Amino acid sequence: MNIVVLVKQVFDTEAKIVIGSDGKIDDSNVTLIMNPYDENAVEEGLLLKEKFGGEVIAVSVGTDKAQETLRTALAMGADRAVLVNDPAIQAASDEFAAAQALAKAVSGLNPDIILTGRVAIDYGSKISGRVAEALGIPHVNTVTKLEIDGSKAVASREVDGGSELIEVTLPAVFSAQKSLNNPRYPTVAGIMKAKKKELKTATLVDLGLDPAAVAGKLQILGFSLPPARKAGRKIDGEPAAAAAELAKLLRGEAKVI
Amino acid sequence: MAKGIWVFVEQSQGKIRKVSLELLSQAKILANEKGEELAAVILGQGIGSLAGEAAQYGADKVYLADDAKLAAYTTGAYTSVLAKLIRENEPNLVLFGNTAIGKDLAPRVATRAGVDVAIDCVGIESDAANFVNLTRPIYAGKAFAKVASPSARPIMATVRPNIFPLAEPAAREANVVTVPVSVDEADLRAILKDVISQAAGRVELTEANIIVSGGRGMKGPENYVMLEDLADVLGAAVGASRAAVDSGWKEHKFQVGQTGKTVSPTLYIACGISGAIQHLAGMGSSKVIVAINKDPEANIFAVADYGIVGDLFQVVPVLTEECKKLMA
Repeated sequence: MNIVVLVKQVFDTEAKIVIGSDGKIDDSNVTLIMNPYDENAVEEGLLLKEKFGGEVIAVSVGTDKAQETLRTALAMGADRAVLVNDPAIQAASDEFAAAQALAKAVSGLNPDIILTGRVAIDYGSKISGRVAEALGIPHVNTVTKLEIDGSKAVASREVDGGSELIEVTLPAVFSAQKSLNNPRYPTVAGIMKAKKKELKTATLVDLGLDPAAVAGKLQILGFSLPPARKAGRKIDGEPAAAAAELAKLLRGEAKVI
Repeated sequence: MAKGIWVFVEQSQGKIRKVSLELLSQAKILANEKGEELAAVILGQGIGSLAGEAAQYGADKVYLADDAKLAAYTTGAYTSVLAKLIRENEPNLVLFGNTAIGKDLAPRVATRAGVDVAIDCVGIESDAANFVNLTRPIYAGKAFAKVASPSARPIMATVRPNIFPLAEPAAREANVVTVPVSVDEADLRAILKDVISQAAGRVELTEANIIVSGGRGMKGPENYVMLEDLADVLGAAVGASRAAVDSGWKEHKFQVGQTGKTVSPTLYIACGISGAIQHLAGMGSSKVIVAINKDPEANIFAVADYGIVGDLFQVVPVLTEECKKLMA
């Protein structure tokens, strides 16, 4: 079974966002991690490999730094990795461009199953549907359980107010929800092995893609920070009295209940 | 020549979702300013009666795709119908609610239309050159990016619930257009086998006006009953912090924060939540924040409009009783 996992390097969730003097997001003092939901995708890929055999290939779009994230996937147990690194994609900086590049990179790997996180926690991007569409194959989002049976897969997916069971014909793309599994930590041996595993870098031309074909559709005009909230009123007194006072304030002053 | 502003009107069991009405309300203001037609697009089965409601909230035109193949949402069939409709009519702007369906459908439709989609937008402003500029949160609301699509049409966005106010419904009629439904063979490779509904009654976290949320200070899953009681009185949804979810007290779908759900309720009551930066990112745009925590140094107090330093196990039950009295 050919299993491809799409991973993205993002800022750590504890990172504070700073806008630099050039108006861009400052990434100089930020810890970079694998997008947390992508860890679930890697884990699911490894579980499938353990069950059905085959190969797990981690694929990412990013700069040189993103190699670290691919090494993490390799350390978890992925067999090899591909990084699509091209200034044209960085310049486009939208998900349309990233999806086109990922789809092209993936199509050359003849996957049976493509896994990724349900969302990237930086730009909130949903790459699964875009990549699936670019490849002309089905996708199932926010998957909490995945079962493979021959050329079919049955996935449970979380929806507003419940869940759905969806059967798809493979190949297909699945995006992982947190509850899909518990990602393993790379072992020391895994980290050592990962250093020797294949990590290929490809440009758009290497993939046979015309940079014009991935030109971004959305442009970023600028960044801003949310207005700072101020600490409001502390309500003192005994717990019961404070609670009663709070209820009154929410009703009379804030008018929210 | 591209024309018109569209809202994908999401319905479930014959009822239009609130976020869709919010979008119609706001898109009407934009359409008037732009001199554009506002169209509602409704897919489903037996949904004819919803056209009138869409008109009341501002739709000049309603595209109705009423067919057994659309009775339940499936990515393939909905993408097939919507993408075709967009190709034939070339709207300038297509808006979706940032719901489970909106987040699933919009990226797929956008890719088929050869455009991108801005996810979870919190602002739409008219722009002479770009038609509109969109404000989207990044890092779950730790920052915002203003984006535009200068040339690609349609511009597409999913919009966060609870951002735009509902208009007063007006007695208006819309031009109803029946959409012929045909689904491409290739879009039938995913089959919905079963739908499992969870117990009804609780409002969806992202659409809730009021959220009562509990963190590590709840001490255990059994104590969430206390928050459920308060939520019942307030008609609220119940949320949880990452600490509580990581401890296994609540399922991940209740998690508020950067690795959970991003919410903008009118009132957010944080009980025993310290206020880690990733949590604040997910709920910082709430209109009123209440913090109840026994640690006076907790970060949550720096963003709370009202704070009680105290034992939540003593405060919350009284708050529930007092709210019940006030709201009786």
